[in-house]
Amino acid sequence: MYKIVKREEMAHGTIILNEIEAPQIAKKAKPGQFVMIIANETGERIPLTMAEVNKESGTITIIYMMVGKSTRLFGALKVGESYRDIVGPLGEPTHIEKLGTVVCVGGGTGTAVLHPITRGMYEAGNNVISIIGSRTKDFLIMEEQMTKVSHDVRICTDDGSKGRHGFVTEELEIILQNQKVDLVVAIGPVPMMKFVSLLTKKYDTPTMVSLNPIMIDGTGMCGGCRVTIGGKTKFACVDGPEFDGHQVDFDGLMRRLQAYSVEEQISDRCGCKETI
Amino acid sequence: MNTYREKEAKYLTKKERRAIPLQPMPEQSPEIRKKDFSEVTLGYSILDAQYEAARCIQCKDPACVAGCPVGIDIPGFLEMIVEGNLNGSINRVWEKTALPAVCGRVCPQEIQCEVVCVVGKKKNTEPVGIGSLEMFIADWARSTGVKNEVEIAPSTGKKIAVVGSGPAGITVAGDLAIKGHDVTIYEAFHRAGGVLLYGIPEFRLAKDIVDYEIDQLRELGVKIICNTVVGRTVDVDELMEDYGYDAVFIGVGAGLPNFLNISGEDLNGVFSANEYLTRANLMKAFDFPKYDTPIIPGRNVAILGAGNVAMDAARTAVRLGAKTVTVVYRRTREQSPSRLIEIHHAEEEGVQFKFLTSPLEFIGDASGKLVGINCDKMVLGEPDEGGRSRPISTGEHEYFDCDLAIIAIGTSANPLLTRVTEGLELNRWGNIEADDKTGKTTKERVWAGGDITLGQATVILAMGMGRDSANSIDAYLKGEEEW
Ligand SMILES: Cc1cc2nc3c(=O)[nH]c(=O)nc-3n(C[C@H](O)[C@H](O)[C@H](O)COP(=O)(O)OP(=O)(O)OC[C@H]3O[C@@H](n4cnc5c(N)ncnc54)[C@H](O)[C@@H]3O)c2cc1C
Ligand SMILES: Cc1cc2nc3c(=O)[nH]c(=O)nc-3n(C[C@H](O)[C@H](O)[C@H](O)COP(=O)(O)OP(=O)(O)OC[C@H]3O[C@@H](n4cnc5c(N)ncnc54)[C@H](O)[C@@H]3O)c2cc1C
Ligand code: SF4
Ligand code: SF4
Ligand code: FES
Repeated sequence: MYKIVKREEMAHGTIILNEIEAPQIAKKAKPGQFVMIIANETGERIPLTMAEVNKESGTITIIYMMVGKSTRLFGALKVGESYRDIVGPLGEPTHIEKLGTVVCVGGGTGTAVLHPITRGMYEAGNNVISIIGSRTKDFLIMEEQMTKVSHDVRICTDDGSKGRHGFVTEELEIILQNQKVDLVVAIGPVPMMKFVSLLTKKYDTPTMVSLNPIMIDGTGMCGGCRVTIGGKTKFACVDGPEFDGHQVDFDGLMRRLQAYSVEEQISDRCGCKETI
Repeated sequence: MNTYREKEAKYLTKKERRAIPLQPMPEQSPEIRKKDFSEVTLGYSILDAQYEAARCIQCKDPACVAGCPVGIDIPGFLEMIVEGNLNGSINRVWEKTALPAVCGRVCPQEIQCEVVCVVGKKKNTEPVGIGSLEMFIADWARSTGVKNEVEIAPSTGKKIAVVGSGPAGITVAGDLAIKGHDVTIYEAFHRAGGVLLYGIPEFRLAKDIVDYEIDQLRELGVKIICNTVVGRTVDVDELMEDYGYDAVFIGVGAGLPNFLNISGEDLNGVFSANEYLTRANLMKAFDFPKYDTPIIPGRNVAILGAGNVAMDAARTAVRLGAKTVTVVYRRTREQSPSRLIEIHHAEEEGVQFKFLTSPLEFIGDASGKLVGINCDKMVLGEPDEGGRSRPISTGEHEYFDCDLAIIAIGTSANPLLTRVTEGLELNRWGNIEADDKTGKTTKERVWAGGDITLGQATVILAMGMGRDSANSIDAYLKGEEEW
């Protein structure tokens, strides 16, 4: 059992932070890696990135958006309660090195996943510019944390309630037009990563994205997480989850993410009934 | 008529014994079992078992024992069943296998112990039902709570880590615990059992049997730590250096699904058998939405491949409510690698077969959902040097509709652990090189066995290798064997 020692709500309670006791995982975890989590006996295995790792206290922090049955179940757990199973760290860690200027682009909960990578890039001595976006200012997360590990932070909201009125890609294009950028790291909804990658391709700027296909085991055993990278099949859980954005078949990924949309609705509805 | 049934089996004369026909294994009828996941084989009654065991003529030099990869004293345990000494019988079996309830159900007896049985050599006579009897005696022990009476040797103070909780790891762990060692199993999944749990379906091997066997292991003092991916959560070298293990056994199986590498393979509705069976078995998707893991039920299901795994996938699809399930195989029925009993069971449940048919491409609709499959019709060519005829394309195509396709063309070695473990030599398929007799790898104090060394094999072979490794580890730790 893995005990929750801290719980916070963000973005009007739609996004939850849990700090969890998992000393063995904390000891080994590196930026960019994820865990698979099961809430209870009947739960499914859900992949979530470690947004923070504390090796001294032996805890890991996850930040997730409540989008369906399982993440809502997670969100209902209180401090002192436990997750049944957590396994990790999984996936390849981010390749962090001193490159020069790195632009980190985060959208929605993707910002939580982006944070440890941004910090890694910052600590490695890069000039870090961060762009964080959300629908509206109330749903913006981790602005403070990102500010601490960036030389410059830019905000974009779809409705203009804070920062630039528009998409992160517009802000990114201005930067690309005005200075040399050595790497763009983009993490967020699939369409966002797709359009960032299309844009940086025009400027020939290397781009790294983090993919979130549906996973079961997270160890390369089922092939359910397969994605097409440069025409070749890769397993995101062992070869990724980070890939060269210019090689990713984003449309294919989006289609595969819809595979269980009907079942997810059934599952979610059924869950509501149980809690009433 | 059943005149032999007028006497108790143990009082029958040799001649009367020889006249006993094969006692059929009671099975759930196809019409009923198609609709649920309960076990197909129902098991012998004690009388069935005694008459079946009495068919054994107690060979002096039993061929069956030589045919069993772990050398169970088959005539010995059978005769005790006839005599009614069930306790003695199960203990005789336990001397050689820790998982009789599993072996009795899933061993390919028709190519191992039973194929060589002399009774079956007579014309029109079936061999002794050794597997069914092993299942009987193991089930009897479980239902009556009879436990293995082996004595556990005094503690040696040596610590061994076993990686993977499949049949190979279970055997190594049990054997070494009995020899007095301190054993810990590390398992990647959240539950122990390996393929027995996540691969072989409930209707062939009920999961409470696997759980029971795992509990027996715990009673021997074996510790089982789940949720630990060796190579990620902890490394082999760390286990030896930081955790203080004196030896490590690697039994991680062959869990990397092969794909066909044809177009359309990333469509929604195309699965590896590993994913499909894991969802259905381990995550209990058949009980969705009570359990949270979903599975696409499929109306018209195509299974690509015709081995045991393909049959398991096909029969799972039937139970999940598919209208049609079609096995597509590029060779002939005779060349199919599956057990005949499994093909037979599948056919009884309505599974159809397209032999000499090879998948060419998956066809999807605009939203990326699978709608059909295009195949190549094949003929058998001239036999090659090995005497096996290769299928060759006729150039003629066949299309059929399907909304679910399950690829069951085998698995390879998962490189997760081997990629990060220095000093382990691999063969060209990525399997760990290990000594045939001892399981020793090229890395000091590290042994390996089961599917990770053999490629995809069988439960009993994995167990046999586990036993050899356990003996070698024990001898090495006692200083009786050099590295
Ligand atoms: C490597 C990786 C890291 C991730 N990190 C984070 C994170 O840090 N924070 C966060 O909020 N989300 C993260 N996700 C996404 C998260 O796993 C899904 O939001 C979650 O599984 C949804 O489950 P649900 O039952 O609540 O919703 P559902 O109703 O089941 O599904 C909602 C959506 O989530 C997707 N999804 C469903 N099941 C899975 C699954 N098993 N694996 C992946 N996606 C699935 C579906 O495409 C669907 O569109 C990550 C995904 C991956 C693969
Ligand atoms: C669907 C199916 C049906 C089958 N039917 C039959 C049958 O009828 N009869 C028969 O004899 N054989 C059958 N087999 C084959 C048989 O199951 C295998 O040969 C046998 O299970 C191999 O045992 P193993 O111990 O080597 O590995 P496995 O049973 O594969 O167990 C390996 C274990 O190691 C774990 N693991 C993997 N990597 C790591 C890691 N890095 N760290 C920690 N743990 C790890 C896995 O999660 C797994 O639990 C079937 C196989 C399948 C897939
Ligand atoms: S373990 Fe398998 S091969 Fe050996 S006797 Fe039992 S069924 Fe036959
Ligand atoms: S070969 Fe057949 S008859 Fe002979 S001992 Fe074995 S089971 Fe009995
Ligand atoms: S999640 Fe199963 S192979 Fe990646």
